[in-house]
Amino acid sequence: MNILVCIKQVPDTETQIKIDSGGKGIQTADIKWVMNPYDEFGVEEALRIKEKLGGKVTVIGVGPQRVVESLRTALAMGADEAIHVDDPAADGGDALATARVLAAAIRPVPFDLIFCGQRAVDDDNAQVGAALSELLNIPLLSVITKVEISEDKTKVKVTRPVEGATWVLESSLPALITTQKGLNEPRYASLPGIMKAKKKPLAVKKLADLGLAPEQVGAAGSKLTLRSLTPPPERKPGKIIEGETVQEKAALLVKLLREEAKII
Amino acid sequence: MAKGILVIAEQRGGTLRKISLEMVSEGRRLADQSGQPLAAVVLGHGIAEEAKKLAAYGAETIYVADAPELKYYTPEAYTTVIANLVKAQEPDIVLGGASQQGKELAAKLAARLETGLAMDCVGLRLEDGLLIARRPMYAGKVYAEVVCETARPQMATGRPNVFSILEPDSSRSAEVVNLEVALKPEDLRTSLVEELADQTGKVDLTEAVYIVSGGRGMKDGSNFIILEKLADVIGATVGASRSAVDAGWRPQCDQVGQTGKVVNPNMYIACGISGAIQHLAGMGSSKVIVAVNKDPDAPIFQKADYGIVGDLFEVVPLLEEEFKKIM
Repeated sequence: MNILVCIKQVPDTETQIKIDSGGKGIQTADIKWVMNPYDEFGVEEALRIKEKLGGKVTVIGVGPQRVVESLRTALAMGADEAIHVDDPAADGGDALATARVLAAAIRPVPFDLIFCGQRAVDDDNAQVGAALSELLNIPLLSVITKVEISEDKTKVKVTRPVEGATWVLESSLPALITTQKGLNEPRYASLPGIMKAKKKPLAVKKLADLGLAPEQVGAAGSKLTLRSLTPPPERKPGKIIEGETVQEKAALLVKLLREEAKII
Repeated sequence: MAKGILVIAEQRGGTLRKISLEMVSEGRRLADQSGQPLAAVVLGHGIAEEAKKLAAYGAETIYVADAPELKYYTPEAYTTVIANLVKAQEPDIVLGGASQQGKELAAKLAARLETGLAMDCVGLRLEDGLLIARRPMYAGKVYAEVVCETARPQMATGRPNVFSILEPDSSRSAEVVNLEVALKPEDLRTSLVEELADQTGKVDLTEAVYIVSGGRGMKDGSNFIILEKLADVIGATVGASRSAVDAGWRPQCDQVGQTGKVVNPNMYIACGISGAIQHLAGMGSSKVIVAVNKDPDAPIFQKADYGIVGDLFEVVPLLEEEFKKIM
């Protein structure tokens, strides 16, 4: 099985997000960048499938130089090779523009299965995997918590939780799977793994290497444009419920929820 | 010239989902503002009668794609049917719900149509014919306004429990148009093997009107029974913080926060949750937030509309009693 994993680098979820002076981006000065948590599930699942069935795991990331850290993390976990599309013109694209870059990088690589995170925890778009499946014309299995490859390696059966139910779906391979928490527990890179990762192949690609023109990708190639970023709506200051006894407090709270907030 | 608004309605097991009514209602509001016609499309098998219900919420045309291959949703087949409709009708705007199914379908459709999609929106408005979509990013740590200037249709999905449902008006009628369904083998590469209904019978966290959530302060998984009991009284769904999930007290699907579910209930009751930034991001747009925590300095109180400083093991059962009196 040849398995590809798409990786995005995102601000650590601990980050306090601050809007920059231009009002369209975030302040990046003090951000700790990490692999998107959902992509870690993809790396782990790819490694488990490889350990069981053999094959190769290739990780792909698009973005500036810092993205190498996340690719090296995946290599240290056990991935075999990495592809880094490092070209400023490829950055800042909408889902389709970004998928176009990934598709171009993926086309020359043989693959049976592709993993993407079900969403990136920065822009919460949940679109790149779907767009990539369209561009590569392969089945899409989204937000998956269990993956089983058939014995003859031509099919995949997956589990997908939806509102009020769980779907078990089956699809032919090759296919693209987007990963959900619960799929697995990603391993930590071991020290020998980290040492080995330094010697594993990491190919750096420019847009020209992928046969893409700058106007097809990044912000220039995007249909959706960002007008502004604003902080979340302010909440009005809350009330701490006072009372002589816990009983009194509970009664007062329920009264306020009914009469003041009119929520119940 | 593109014109009209098309809403992708969602049914499961032959019944329209609530999100479909929310999005048809929002489509109606936008159509009234701009004087455009409103259409809806429903896919499935044996769903023609159910689809007609959308007329009462303001759909003037209802497209029905009824075929055995469409009985269960699969992204390829549904994308192909809707993409064909969009190419034929050229609507200016296509709306869908940001449900599990709706997000996947809209993302695939937008890529197929090579247009821009604003995902999981909490506000939609029209400005000079442009659909301005407001959507949270970083799980709600910032809000973005996005627009699709040139490509058509303009697409957006709406977050569940955000857009209010219009009072159904049974005097409204709609033209029902049956769509020809012609699928290729490549549209049928994915199939549903089985659908397992949740045993809890509870509304999903992302669609819940009330949520009672527990964190590290619950001390043990078995203690969640007191939250379950409170939830039963008010008809809430039980959620959990990441630490409660990581401790193995609750299943992964219960996690609220930046790496779990982003929720938007009318009321969120946080019990024994200190309020890590990732959690606050995931529930910060709840209409009313109630916090119960014994630490008066817990960050959750800065987000809460109402707080009780106290031992949740004392407070929660008393809240249950008090709610019982009024329900």
